[in-house]
Amino acid sequence: MGRITLDKVTKAFGEVEVIPPLDLTIDDGEFVVFVGPSGCGKSTLLRLIAGLEDVSSGEIRIDKQPATHLPPAKRGLAMVFQSYALYPHMSVRKNIAFPMKMAGIPEAEQNRKIEDAARVLNLTDYLDRRPGQLSGGQRQRVAIGRAIVREPAAFLFDEPLSNLDAALRVGMRLEISELHERLKTTMIYVTHDQVEAMTMADKIVVLQKGVIEQVGSPLELYNAPRNIFVAGFIGSPKMNLIEGAEAAKHDAHTIGIRPEHLAASKDAGEWKGTVTVSEHLGSDTYLHVTETGLADTMTVRVGGEFGVKHGDTVFLTPDATKIHRFDAQGLRIG
Amino acid sequence: MARAVTTQRKAINTLIAWIVGLLIFFPILWIFILSFHSEGDAIKSPLEVITSTWTFESYATVQERSNYFRHFWNSVVISVGSTVLGLIIAVPSAWAMAFVPGKRTKDVLMWMLSTKMLPPVGVLLPIYLICQNLGLLDTRIALVFILMMINLPIIIWMLYTYFREIPGEILEAARMDGASLREEVIYVLLPMAVPGIASTLLLNIILAWNEAFWTLTLTAAKAAPLTAFIASYSSPEGLFYAKLSAASIMAIAPILIMGWFSQKQLVRGLTFGAVK
Amino acid sequence: MATKASRTAARAMISPSVILLLGWMLIPLGLTIYFSLLRYNLLMPGARPFVGWENYEFFITNPAFTTALINTLLLVGGVLLITVIGGVLLALLLNLEMWGQGIVRILVIAPFFVMPTVSALVWKNMFMNPVNGLFGYLAKGLGLEPFDFLSQAPLASIIGIVSWQWLPFATLILLTAIQSLDSEQLEAAEMDGAGPFSRFFYITLPHLARAITVVVLIQTIFLLSIFAEIFVTTNGGPGNASTNLTFLIYKESLLSFDVGAGSAGGVIAIILANIVAIFLMRMIGKNLDA
Repeated sequence: MGRITLDKVTKAFGEVEVIPPLDLTIDDGEFVVFVGPSGCGKSTLLRLIAGLEDVSSGEIRIDKQPATHLPPAKRGLAMVFQSYALYPHMSVRKNIAFPMKMAGIPEAEQNRKIEDAARVLNLTDYLDRRPGQLSGGQRQRVAIGRAIVREPAAFLFDEPLSNLDAALRVGMRLEISELHERLKTTMIYVTHDQVEAMTMADKIVVLQKGVIEQVGSPLELYNAPRNIFVAGFIGSPKMNLIEGAEAAKHDAHTIGIRPEHLAASKDAGEWKGTVTVSEHLGSDTYLHVTETGLADTMTVRVGGEFGVKHGDTVFLTPDATKIHRFDAQGLRIG
Repeated sequence: MARAVTTQRKAINTLIAWIVGLLIFFPILWIFILSFHSEGDAIKSPLEVITSTWTFESYATVQERSNYFRHFWNSVVISVGSTVLGLIIAVPSAWAMAFVPGKRTKDVLMWMLSTKMLPPVGVLLPIYLICQNLGLLDTRIALVFILMMINLPIIIWMLYTYFREIPGEILEAARMDGASLREEVIYVLLPMAVPGIASTLLLNIILAWNEAFWTLTLTAAKAAPLTAFIASYSSPEGLFYAKLSAASIMAIAPILIMGWFSQKQLVRGLTFGAVK
Repeated sequence: MATKASRTAARAMISPSVILLLGWMLIPLGLTIYFSLLRYNLLMPGARPFVGWENYEFFITNPAFTTALINTLLLVGGVLLITVIGGVLLALLLNLEMWGQGIVRILVIAPFFVMPTVSALVWKNMFMNPVNGLFGYLAKGLGLEPFDFLSQAPLASIIGIVSWQWLPFATLILLTAIQSLDSEQLEAAEMDGAGPFSRFFYITLPHLARAITVVVLIQTIFLLSIFAEIFVTTNGGPGNASTNLTFLIYKESLLSFDVGAGSAGGVIAIILANIVAIFLMRMIGKNLDA
C-alpha cells in the first residue's frame, strides 16, 4: 500500500521559505509527476517525502502512518536518482543486493529477487559487471532494479532521464510506464520536461516557487489550465497568449490559444500576420508569425507541409471553442 | 602544445633535463655509491672511490654497532601509528564537513588549518615539560600523539577534498536503501574513497617519518627514530663516510619509494587543495 | 542533504578532532604565554615570581636576538628566492617534450623525501667538508684552495642545503600549475604574434602567479621553523652566525633551561608566523569557495 499524504508541509532553508504550506494526497498505485521549471521546489518536495530533508512544519503520512520524523531508511520508499547513484565499487549484482543486505534478507531470497529483477530489466548478462562498464541506459535500469527488489511502498524518481540522450529517453519512458502497469505501485516522478509529465502521469502536479499551481490528469491540465502559468507550461509548442482589445472581445484580460488550434491560410482569415520562420518537421509545420497586432510572436502548428517562407503573409483563424480565457489575476474564467 | 617537436629539439631537451636531473639527484646517488665501499675507500678522491671494490660491509657494521633496527622500528611505529590514529579521528570529521556542510564548516576547516601554522618552537617548552611530568620523554607514545596532532589538520583537509568529489547522491542512495550511518560510511564511503585514503596515508607517513623537530627534542636513546639516530652521526662519527652513507640510505629508501608513488597526490596534499 | 538527524550526527563526528585540536592549540599556547611572564629557570628551583615583560625585554635586548632575526629573514628569503626562480625554470624545463620525462621528474623530486638530518649531514660531510668533501676535491682539482663552507659561510651553506631540499617542492607544484595551462591560450598568443619571451611573461607567468604565492606562503611556514639542518651542521655557530629564531629559542629553552625567556621567544615566533599565516589562510580560503 502506498498512499502518501502531505498535510500543511513547509520547508525553509534558513530565512528562505522554498515551500509554503502545501497539501497533497497521492493515492495508492498512482503515477504522479511533479513538474515545473527549475527551482520550483519539485525536487525538494520529493526529498521531503524521501526523508532526505526535514520538513520545517507539517505532517507527512505514508499508509496513514506518521512518517514525518522517520529516517529515510524506515519509510519503505525507494528512490532512483538523477545521477543513478550506483555504488561504483560494487558489481551490478551487489548494487541490487545492497538494500536487501541492509534489510537482512536471507541470501537465497536475495539471489532469487536479483535474478527476477535482472530478467525483467534485461540485465542478466551484466550482473557481474561494474557500473562503470555499463551504458547510461543500463545504469538507469540497475538503479531501477535496486529500487524494485525492496518492494517499496512507493518509488521516487528524481529526474531519472535527464542524463540520457533523446532516443534512449523515449525508450526508458516506455519502460518505466510498463513497469508501473505491471507493479501497480505508487510512483512519484519529478521532471522539468512537460512531455514526460504528459505521457507518463496519471496525475500531474504543476509547481511554481513551491506552490502547487494545479493538480490533475494530463488532459485536464491541457484542456482546462487553471491559470496562465499552467497554460504556458503544459503543451508544446507553448500556448499563444493575447492581451488587450482582442482579449476584451471575449470579456477576458488575457486569452490563450494553442498553436494546434489555429488554422492558417494564405488567402483569408481572422488575423493577418507575416511569417518570420517556418519550421518544417515533415509531419507538421510550425509557423512563427509576427506583426499580427496581437502578441510579439504567434506560433501556429499546421498538419503536414505548408508552403510559406520568410516575409510571406498568412491569415490565422482560431478554433473558437478552444479559446482559454483568463482574468487580470491570470486565473481561468469559466 | 600538441604540436610535434623536431627530433633534434627533443634530443637537446632530453640532454639538458637529464643533466639537471642527475645534478639534483647526485647527493643521493653519491651516498648510495659510498655506502657500498669500505670505510678506507670512501674517503678517497671520487675517481678512486668508484674504481675501488664494492662491498656490503658498511650495512652490516651499522646494524652491529648501533642497533639500527630498533630506530627503524621506532620510525615505523611513530609514523604509521600517528597517521593511522589521525585517520581514525579524521574520517568522521571529514565525512561531516564534506557531506553535511553547515554555515560554519568553512570556518572550522580554516581554523583547523591555522593550528598547523603554530610554530613548533612556540610550544616547545610546555610540551617538553608536560612530557617530563608525565614521564613521557623519550617514549614512542608521546611522539605518536604529537605527530598525530601536527598532521591531523592535513589529514582532515586531504580527506575532505577527496570526499567532496564523491557525489552526495550516492550516500543518499545508501540511506534510502536502509543503511545506517555506520553502514553508509563502511560499505559505501570508505570503499569509494580508497584511493584518497591511501594517498593521505602515504603522504602523512612520509611527513611523520621525516619530522625532525619533535623527534630530535623529545627523544634520547630509547624512542629515537631514524631522524634522531642519523643526527647522532653529526659529530665525530660523521667522518665514517661509508657507515653514515649506509645508515642514510636505509633511512631514506623506504620513504623515497613511497614518495615516488605518491608524487601526484603530494601537490594536492601539501597545498591543501589550493593547487591540483 | 541535511536532516536534523544527520546534522546531529555530523556534530558528534566532528567533535573529537575539534576538541583535540582545541586542546592542542590552547593548552600549550596558554602555558607558553603564562611561562613567558614568570621568572622560571629549571636550574634554579624555588619560587617562580611573576615578572611581567621582563623576559621579553631580556630576550629582545639580547644581541643574539637581532642576529637571529636577521638570520631567519635571510634564510627564509634566500631559500624562497632560489627555490621559486629555480622552480619556475625547472618546471619549464620538465614541461618540454623529451625522452624519459617520468624518470627525470623522479630524480628531481627525490630530495624532498630525504629526511632533514640526512640531507644536512650528507652535505656537511660528503660535500662541504674541506678535507674529504667532494667540493674540496673539486677545488684541489682546479688548483684552488679548499673552502670551509660551514665555518666561512655558515648561513649561506645552510641556505644551500635547505634550498636543495625545497626546490623539488616548488618544482612539483609549479609543474602541476604549468600543466594546467590551456595550450590553446599559448597558441592563440602565438597567432597574435607573441614570441617565446612575451608568451612566458604575459601568459605563463601570470598563470603561475597563484601557484607561486602558494609555494611562497607554505614554504615560509616551514622555513621559519628550520631546526634540524642547523642542529646537525653548525649548531648555530660559529658564534651566532647561523642561529635562527627557532634555534635561539631552543638554546634558551633546552640548553640554558630558561623557561621564561624561551617562552617569551616562543610567543614572538608565534606572532611572526601568524603574520604569514593570515595571508596563506586567505589564499586557501578563497579557493574553498571555488
